[in-house]
Amino acid sequence: MSAISEFFHAGGYGFYIWGSYGAAILLMVGELTIIKQQYRTILKRLSRMARMNAAEEDE
Amino acid sequence: MRDLTLAMRRRTDVLTTLFFFIIVVSLFPLGAGTEKMILMKIAPGVAWVAALLASMLALERLFASDFADGTLEQMLLTPQPIFILVLGKVFAHWLLTGLPLVFIAPLVGLQYYLPDEAVSTMMLALLIGTPILSLVGAIGAALTLGLRGGGILLSLLILPLYIPIMVYGAGVVSASATGTTDLQAYFSILSGFLILALVLSPIATAAALRISVE
Amino acid sequence: MSINWFKYSSPTTFYPLAGKMIPFFGWLTALLTIGGLYWGFFETPDTLSDQKEYYRIIYIHVGAAWMSMWLYIMMAAWALAGLVFQTRLSYMIASAIAPTGAIATFLALWTGAFWGKTSWGTWWDWDPRMTSELILLFLYMGYMALQSAIDDPRRADRAAALLALVGLVCVPIIFWSINCPNPNECAALHQTSKPGGGNMDPNILIAMLVVALAFWMYSFVAVLMRVRNIILERERHTTWVNEMLEDKQ
Repeated sequence: MSAISEFFHAGGYGFYIWGSYGAAILLMVGELTIIKQQYRTILKRLSRMARMNAAEEDE
Repeated sequence: MRDLTLAMRRRTDVLTTLFFFIIVVSLFPLGAGTEKMILMKIAPGVAWVAALLASMLALERLFASDFADGTLEQMLLTPQPIFILVLGKVFAHWLLTGLPLVFIAPLVGLQYYLPDEAVSTMMLALLIGTPILSLVGAIGAALTLGLRGGGILLSLLILPLYIPIMVYGAGVVSASATGTTDLQAYFSILSGFLILALVLSPIATAAALRISVE
Repeated sequence: MSINWFKYSSPTTFYPLAGKMIPFFGWLTALLTIGGLYWGFFETPDTLSDQKEYYRIIYIHVGAAWMSMWLYIMMAAWALAGLVFQTRLSYMIASAIAPTGAIATFLALWTGAFWGKTSWGTWWDWDPRMTSELILLFLYMGYMALQSAIDDPRRADRAAALLALVGLVCVPIIFWSINCPNPNECAALHQTSKPGGGNMDPNILIAMLVVALAFWMYSFVAVLMRVRNIILERERHTTWVNEMLEDKQ
């Protein structure tokens, strides 16, 4: 068995260890991604609104 | 006083709460089986969970009618301290939904084959515990005042806070059913909770009412 | 020289400040995570007293559990600051902490289940600490549910803040009641089934503390990012937001 697969096998407890770490990574990266996405949507919506306001003022 | 007379007019509430309690308590033997040993073991927990749920029922309406017709806003403006108003409301709520449960407790004892001492213990525990339920619940009722789906939200907020009361309320009945005579500690803790709730809950409820009505 | 702390309590000045702090905490998180996990996996023995390799769940489990409690305290502290000083920013920070705290709580439960399955042979046990963690999750959920149920942001902020404070008063009582359901003999189970500090390999302890620190730094990143979103959302009609948007275009 290669060193890498042995590492992930973790003496037969791989499922439990990586099940825990996987959930942690998934949740934390997922949380940041969602916040980032929200940030972009808010910015997009707000700048669209700002442009609309500016256009109205020009008229 | 006004709260009491008003509450007395809604006598159906008392019956609804009471029958809700009886129905929930009667459902468990049908679901969990009617074996005497099992029933005796789950009785304290079942009775308390049913009591928690029953006291949630009328909680939503604690301040709702006064809020709807604007009386609450006026009461908040009067120089009279709000916590007296809150205590009056809570006392009325307890008289209508808590106290009846104390008197119906022997019926639970009957259904669940509890010994007599356990039944009297349960009555005493409910007598001390149900006012705490009303007091703590009032905070949630004030916070969720006038919200859509307030009833479900209210139970989400308040039920976790009821845990200590249930733990010791059910614990003392279990202890008494298994023949323990040293129940002093349980009742001391429950009474301590009651005093704590009496002091803190009206303050928190008053603050919550101000936040909600503004 | 005294710093005017209230200067930073306005969303206008906090927004760019938070933006500057995020990369800093982000790098700290990455460094501490990599360092801590490297140490925890390669510089430590394969067993911890009678526990085999699965003990390595400890690094995230303990970190998540600590953060779940710490974040609740911080949330309540900001809520209190909001109620006392009437600062909008405090409420915003409190409500930004809640989701991250809920995630940490969930993670503590999830990793606890995986660890419990290997070491106790069961996913769930009504052990006092696990039950407490579950109740904590309920409290976070209640806070977020109340906040999102109220349309008026001012009322939502203050109502949720009050709920957080009520929760903070009740939390010790709840945990204590779960720990000692029988007041005549109070015994907690978790401590005995957990590796105590005494017989723990110092390398494991170091790795655990470093990863816990990484969790903390991560919380800063997530909370600051979310606060920026909330500020933008709430202050969208103000001139400074509009000026900033114009600068970006």
